[in-house]
Amino acid sequence: MKLKLKVWRQKNNQTKGSFEQHTVEATEHMSFLEMLDVLNEQLISEKKDPIAFEHDCREGICGTCSMVINGQPHGPQKGTTTCQLHMRQFKDGDTIVIEPYRVNAFPIMKDLVVDRSAYDRIIQAGGYISVNTGQAPDGNSIPIEKNTALKAFGAAACIGCGACAAACPNGSAMLFTSAKISHLSHLPQGQVEQTKRVRGMVAQMDKEGFGFCSNIGACEVECPKEISTENIALMNREYLKASLVSE
Amino acid sequence: MHLDNKVSDGELATKWVNYRSTMNLVAPNNKRRIEVIVVGTGLAGASAAATLGELGYKVKCFSFHDSPRRAHSIAAQGGINAAKNYQNDGDSVYRLFYDTIKGGDYRSREANVHRLAEVSVDIIDQCVAQGVPFAREYGGLLANRSFGGVQVSRTFYAKGQTGQQLLIGAYQALSRQISKGAVTMYNRHEMLDVVKIDGKARGIIARNNKTGEIERFAGHCVVLATGGYGNVFYLSTNAMCSNVTAAWKAVKRGALMANPCYTQIHPTCIPVSGEYQSKLTLMSESLRNDGRVWVPNSVEDAEAIRERRKTALDIPEANRDYYLERRYPAFGNLVPRDVASRAAKIACDEGKGVAPTGLAVYLDFASAIERYGKGEAISRGIPNPSDSKITELGEAVVAQKYGNLFQMYEKITGENPYKMPMKIYPAVHYTMGGLWVDYNLETNVPGLFALGESNFSDHGANRLGASALMQGLADGYFVIPYTIGQFLSNEIRTAPIDPNQEAFDVAEKNVKGLLDKLIYIKGNQSVESFHRRLGKLVWDYCGMSRNAEGLEKGRKLIKELREEFYKDVFVPGDANEFNPELEKAVRVADFLELGEVMMVDALNRNESCGGHFREEYATEEGEAKRNDKDYAYVAAWSWSDDGNHVLHKEDLKFDNVELKTRSYK
Repeated sequence: MKLKLKVWRQKNNQTKGSFEQHTVEATEHMSFLEMLDVLNEQLISEKKDPIAFEHDCREGICGTCSMVINGQPHGPQKGTTTCQLHMRQFKDGDTIVIEPYRVNAFPIMKDLVVDRSAYDRIIQAGGYISVNTGQAPDGNSIPIEKNTALKAFGAAACIGCGACAAACPNGSAMLFTSAKISHLSHLPQGQVEQTKRVRGMVAQMDKEGFGFCSNIGACEVECPKEISTENIALMNREYLKASLVSE
Repeated sequence: MHLDNKVSDGELATKWVNYRSTMNLVAPNNKRRIEVIVVGTGLAGASAAATLGELGYKVKCFSFHDSPRRAHSIAAQGGINAAKNYQNDGDSVYRLFYDTIKGGDYRSREANVHRLAEVSVDIIDQCVAQGVPFAREYGGLLANRSFGGVQVSRTFYAKGQTGQQLLIGAYQALSRQISKGAVTMYNRHEMLDVVKIDGKARGIIARNNKTGEIERFAGHCVVLATGGYGNVFYLSTNAMCSNVTAAWKAVKRGALMANPCYTQIHPTCIPVSGEYQSKLTLMSESLRNDGRVWVPNSVEDAEAIRERRKTALDIPEANRDYYLERRYPAFGNLVPRDVASRAAKIACDEGKGVAPTGLAVYLDFASAIERYGKGEAISRGIPNPSDSKITELGEAVVAQKYGNLFQMYEKITGENPYKMPMKIYPAVHYTMGGLWVDYNLETNVPGLFALGESNFSDHGANRLGASALMQGLADGYFVIPYTIGQFLSNEIRTAPIDPNQEAFDVAEKNVKGLLDKLIYIKGNQSVESFHRRLGKLVWDYCGMSRNAEGLEKGRKLIKELREEFYKDVFVPGDANEFNPELEKAVRVADFLELGEVMMVDALNRNESCGGHFREEYATEEGEAKRNDKDYAYVAAWSWSDDGNHVLHKEDLKFDNVELKTRSYK
């Protein structure tokens, strides 16, 4: 299959970017990133600068790959990261537009690469349980009902890719932040620090320059792990509860 | 060089506890002044950095990723072993120890493996306390499943995302220490050299991959937790950026590379589909709990399938060869990885492969779906369920157990594995070899430690499933926090190391020189093309089976390829900027040297054991034939630029297990 690509090129955060046009020969069995590999090999053979994009595990779990394909973070297939997207989702002759995430709190580094360290800082603001190594009681001393454990797992499945913020017209990180809060608050061991956690993480989220949530729901639609906006509702409840408790 | 493994005397079962109780300590007031460098943030690195921070050391932690959470431990699917015996099925610390020694084909160190089995139980407790959402039973207690090479259920799991959940647990513990200032995190920093002062590891040179700047970091000691080198094969289940560079730079500074030829080929991966392919995807070993491996009995049927005249569903039961069940009735589909991989290769070599390339066998869930469906029908009280009802119920059970894996398979291949058996083929997955370390996890360079997959210590010649996660976390949470004191207790009078001294100048100059060299070659071939060619060489001559002639030839071809690389590679851009191609070039340059040492090691080892299968040394039934008399040693190699790499031996003593021919029949 022959494809036309319109790819965002930007040297760094200080310069302006623009779209560049390329054509590439692909097969339907290729993954989307393998198609970009082919294009990059082409560029390198012409002694041109290859397109910078981030990727690592290429099996949908590390959360490194991050691009907007035809207006959708991680492309058209539901519940799929860019690396798992295969070219059989496209047709011969298609034009594909590839852009970086456009989020205030994720500055562009080069081409399709953005800096997502804001997400790390949100976790550092309370996304953990304070237990030192060696302090733990026996694993079976805290029974957790199977469905509760599954709910915690559902929220913990977040890969921190940033698609939620990229999908949100407000550039909000509510789905990411709430997934961590929800993961830990479903578990008895996580409930101890819940008040402090929700305050700290929400404050950090605001400080990083992420936007507010206006219940659009694009985050859930684009999330490659299909994390539910119910987590946002849970976070809002927890935040409200925390506001009633003195610090 | 004499390799002192520093294993203390005494009974195996109490050795670690006694050692731990008598080893030197560093007092809290001194810990505050001591700086520890940790490179890597996978399970081993993140858990070590977090725990050392909790203990009060000043930790600097490095990752070449944009975030510590991206490390490749995240991709581990199936589970983590622990000798909890929650299933009351006869498990114990000794049994886990024994299974691991046997699974490793008697090529690992008894004391290390026993310690691993001992601390395995603490890991589960620690992870539960951190909020790792392990799978649970209806009663709320932890669930287990089985993995290959064992006859008990001791594997804890979180669907098919166990590695992710464990890593997030360690990442959160690390994040907590970062927020307290106990750990300083350096993301997008790639270690490119170890700095030695008076023979001790005292710092690293790292490239800030975001800016291209070369930076110096000093510490009282250096801990490497930088993963395995499976990407030397180009196509592997490793992440694209996984590399040997940090470990290899340590080798260049005098550390020894132990057993580099022990590589694990995982039997259940999605087969290669084309030349452009960049990586292979693993299908978790846990699938062999329920999936049955088969090929057609006849070459004609296999041909018909390859030419798409028939499908798996057209082959009646009587014409299928469930070869693992046939050859290994005691373990069936759950034989260890090396055995399952070789059996698949044999089937395909006989012409019974089922993919157009001829390189695939089936992993079939039809019987499991039927069995589970019938069970569900009974438990729900459905009388005389129809076949379609049974299938529907059974598929739901299978989906609950392996849903995300089935989904992943379908996304990649475009085929529905509920209806059509999966096609799988072995692929490079893990490397048992790594930096030589003693019982303290210290390399032969004082003050330089290696943890997790980057060391060689616990898995012998073959790793059992769900043991990598166990080892990574054991090393990081429960071993290094103690053993590092053996070195650091002698360093309490050492002032902070000054990075503005000659050793750092020299190392920095070397790194800059190397990067400039790569940039200025300005040849005509891409880094990727060299990596691809190297991978094919290593796979062809040092892959699933090896022979002396091939290894000699492979070694020669790698040398030639390396020369060509330094003459004709093209690295675009500049060294002083964000430049992913340059990062890749450095990594491939190191793989080009490692690959040679792998061949040398494989050639030296005139026996077959675990993942190292030399065609010359096989039993009549085609199983691996060990030579305990001459080869019960760890082969630790030092690198020499002139090609005369020197072998140092550590003899393996087995005081507690009897060396037997490994049998899974």
